Amino acid sequence: MLFFSYFKDLVGQEVTVELKNDLAIRGTLHSVDQYLNIKLENTKVVDQDKYPHMLSVRNCFIRGSVVRYVQLPKDGVDVDLLHDAARREARGG
Amino acid sequence: MSGEEDATVREPLDLIRLSLDERIYVKLRSDRELRGKLHQAFDQHLNMILGDVEETITTVEIDDETYEEIVRTTKRTIDYLFVRGDGVILVAPPLRTALG
Repeated sequence: MLFFSYFKDLVGQEVTVELKNDLAIRGTLHSVDQYLNIKLENTKVVDQDKYPHMLSVRNCFIRGSVVRYVQLPKDGVDVDLLHDAARREARGG
Repeated sequence: MSGEEDATVREPLDLIRLSLDERIYVKLRSDRELRGKLHQAFDQHLNMILGDVEETITTVEIDDETYEEIVRTTKRTIDYLFVRGDGVILVAPPLRTALG
């Protein structure tokens, strides 16, 4: 639940999602769910010459399980809140 | 309420909890390794957020004629990264080269 809350706070920010098949998609985080499925808006593939598949796609839904990384804005979220939540989660979970 | 923390290590995840805000080494699937600061967050799936990350990707090419193995590493740095736990193999303090 921790990261679900984290991503909910991040809605509206621009992120780059790197998938397990090496495709990287930059876009605005529109929504997220408990499985960390991600909906991105205004998407642009990072290496468009290498991956022309999604040239005309502007919005997409990404299944959480295919995500390898999400590159985040450095000033994303309140770090202290997250820190405390992480300690609690790791112990209680 | 703040400040009171259980410092007892009971289970493997507690070991990682001790590394919060420290630099760590993470081995991932697909011959990738990360070195970064375990920023604030991780969970029981080993999803985590790392800061100032260096990613190393190792590839081995075999020369057709000599059958020689060429090991290549590609590195890149990322400021702030969420890593999905299902790709994580192991988490450790950064490996130190032997200095004597």
